[in-house]
Amino acid sequence: MYRYDTYDQTLVDERVAQFRDQMDRYLAGRLSEEEFRPLRLQNGLYIQRHAPMLRIAIPYGMLSSKQLRTLADVTRRYDRGYGHFTTRQNLQLNWPKLEDVPEILAELAKVQMHAIQTSGNCIRNTTSDQFAGIAKDEVEDPRPWCELIRQWSTLHPEFAYLPRKFKIAVTGADHDRAAIQVHDIGVRLWHNDKGELRARVLAGGGLGRTPMIGDVVREDLPWQHLLTYLEACVRVYNQFGRRDNKFKARIKILVKALGIEEYRRRVEEEWSHLKDGPQTLTQAAVEAAKAHFPEPNRREVSEAAIAAYEQLRQNDRAFARFVTNNVTDHVVPGYKAVTLSLKRREHAPGDVTADQMDAIADLADVFSFGEMRVTHEQNLVLSDVPVDEIQALWDKLQELGMANPTVGTLSDIICCPGGDYCSLANAVSIPIAQAIQERFEDLDFLYDLGPLDLNISGCMNACGHHHVGNIGILGVDKKGEEYYQVSLGGNSRDDASLGKILGPSFYREDVPTVIDKVLQVYVEQRHDDEHFLDTYRRIGIKPFKERVYA
Amino acid sequence: MHNGQPETTLIKLGQPEKDTWSLCRDEDGLPEVRPAIVPLSVWQQHIDETDLAPWLPSDTELSPALAEELTKAPLVAIDFPAFTDGRGYTLARLLRERYGFTSEIRAIGDVLVDQLFYMTRCGFDALALREDQHLDDALRALGAFSVSYQPGVDIKEAMFERRLREAT
Ligand code: HEM
Ligand code: SF4
Repeated sequence: MYRYDTYDQTLVDERVAQFRDQMDRYLAGRLSEEEFRPLRLQNGLYIQRHAPMLRIAIPYGMLSSKQLRTLADVTRRYDRGYGHFTTRQNLQLNWPKLEDVPEILAELAKVQMHAIQTSGNCIRNTTSDQFAGIAKDEVEDPRPWCELIRQWSTLHPEFAYLPRKFKIAVTGADHDRAAIQVHDIGVRLWHNDKGELRARVLAGGGLGRTPMIGDVVREDLPWQHLLTYLEACVRVYNQFGRRDNKFKARIKILVKALGIEEYRRRVEEEWSHLKDGPQTLTQAAVEAAKAHFPEPNRREVSEAAIAAYEQLRQNDRAFARFVTNNVTDHVVPGYKAVTLSLKRREHAPGDVTADQMDAIADLADVFSFGEMRVTHEQNLVLSDVPVDEIQALWDKLQELGMANPTVGTLSDIICCPGGDYCSLANAVSIPIAQAIQERFEDLDFLYDLGPLDLNISGCMNACGHHHVGNIGILGVDKKGEEYYQVSLGGNSRDDASLGKILGPSFYREDVPTVIDKVLQVYVEQRHDDEHFLDTYRRIGIKPFKERVYA
Repeated sequence: MHNGQPETTLIKLGQPEKDTWSLCRDEDGLPEVRPAIVPLSVWQQHIDETDLAPWLPSDTELSPALAEELTKAPLVAIDFPAFTDGRGYTLARLLRERYGFTSEIRAIGDVLVDQLFYMTRCGFDALALREDQHLDDALRALGAFSVSYQPGVDIKEAMFERRLREAT
């Protein structure tokens, strides 16, 4: 993964010193609350219901075992011994003390980590495919490109005070696992029929109050121009995005108001001046970025070992389940990627204790070259496990409680912190996730249902991505009471779509039963091999509505 | 109209300097005290008076015609109505990088210590600090970073280019 050189390290160290100075001036009363706010936000520090919270960047989800041990140590010393992996591949601390934050950032800098631009109205952490570099359907490893974007966007002098936050996601695979269509900018790397690398650039997607699917700004951007083109896209937004109303300030509103043609015209006009300028990428620059992501030193895995693994899969039902849902094919024969489930009933989705972090770091060292990835579904991935070690890893994960063989199923819920932690919430969300997991814990039933995204947000800010859940649940407030609205048909993957609201909202106690009825309709009506989304798209919302409100 | 205006501290090219220009936000009429920075529309009617200079609101659309006109100004000020309004950064870069403006570009309005570093990278060479800002904090903040990833008005080379150059 990317390793800092002295320039990267200097920048992060100077950032810590700068923030220490800002914190001192704030505590001494020389910096007002209002003036300190964007400064702390751009260092990941925001204030919520119970306490300040700190969001630590995990650039495009790549994390080393050494970094994870430092995170464990930080949560023990400065927090309550656990952290929360977010849907944007970051790690959040829920209980740090305000005045400790500069010290925490200094600790993180020692392992090449920071919290720069994880919050605030700036370009945020760039996210990507958790299977980058190893996915079978990949045409280009997105990580070097993400790193180039990270550097371009970090402390960008022109774009620190955008109208609103700005999120970029990149994929280089045929199947989109990075939700690029619901990002402010989405980038898909692809090869044209001459084998030349091109970027498709989308703009104006996003969730939140006004969910939208991004439109294509440029279909076939030659790779050399990626950074200058992004600069043009953001510059047009900086100039023309609305600043009078924060609910209308995202780029999606601008793209919608101008229309994609006019937005594109302005971007292209701007780009005509930036094109071939000093940020134009060269082959040498890209090669240098790629050199940071070498193939790990994989050993030969024998045919016999692969056969033994297949045999075990046939013979051991529990192992087979784990493999079906939590093990992903790898470009290199004999290797697999293994997803550790962070969806356990005792913990909020994405929560990991310090001891678990240490244990995971050890597993990464033993089984996967000391590296792991954070997924936007709030799980962790060990990306390079030889098949003849999967059983041993599985045993260890069972001891850790992270072998739930439910990745990608109904039980693998994406969920925001909700009313238990968040002052903006209309309703709690974690207890809803837990109630659903409890109701549908029969594994046979879960497998039979197949892949199904269920996403929960505690309010319309949509941190839990409810609009793009195949089943989405949204907390709403009606006369001070907690209610839940259910939507169907959302999808963040290929041909993304936004869910449709089923009808009037429900009491909290009724949510599991409502989900049960929705599932019954699917099970009754599906054709062979149809996933939930396919059936929904074929039969529409009506049969679901009729059953639920009967 | 200049009387009673609070003293602002000016940092010019990284050094504190006595400010000889007064600032007039009034659209009607001309200030008596000169030299003066006046609203763009006022300046445009007195373009040949060398002791007047324009200030641009943050929502100015910088057309080539306007940029051409501004080359006649002894300095151009760009207003930050709030420090969170980031449009001024783009305006300054466009003036410098696209239109080759070489005279002073001055930040006025809500100009605070913690934005100065970015402002200088975008081409502001004069910073009229909001009156309550501490000069020593401001001078320190100008040197907050010794490295940058992106090219700007100050450094023309992206970090990835610099690395390649130094590696050979
Ligand atoms: C508890 C504290 C939190 C608060 C107050 C909060 C607040 C918000 C708000 C106000 C928005 C909407 C912003 C907009 O539309 O411009 C938002 C969006 C978002 N939040 Fe949170 N959030 C919190 C925690 C989280 C956590 C823990 C996650 C990850 C699990 C998360 C993930 C997201 C994502 C992915 C979006 C983007 C939706 C989009 O694309 O527009 N948030 N958050
Ligand atoms: S969706 Fe709403 S309730 Fe949930 S974390 Fe975001 S702001 Fe809070």
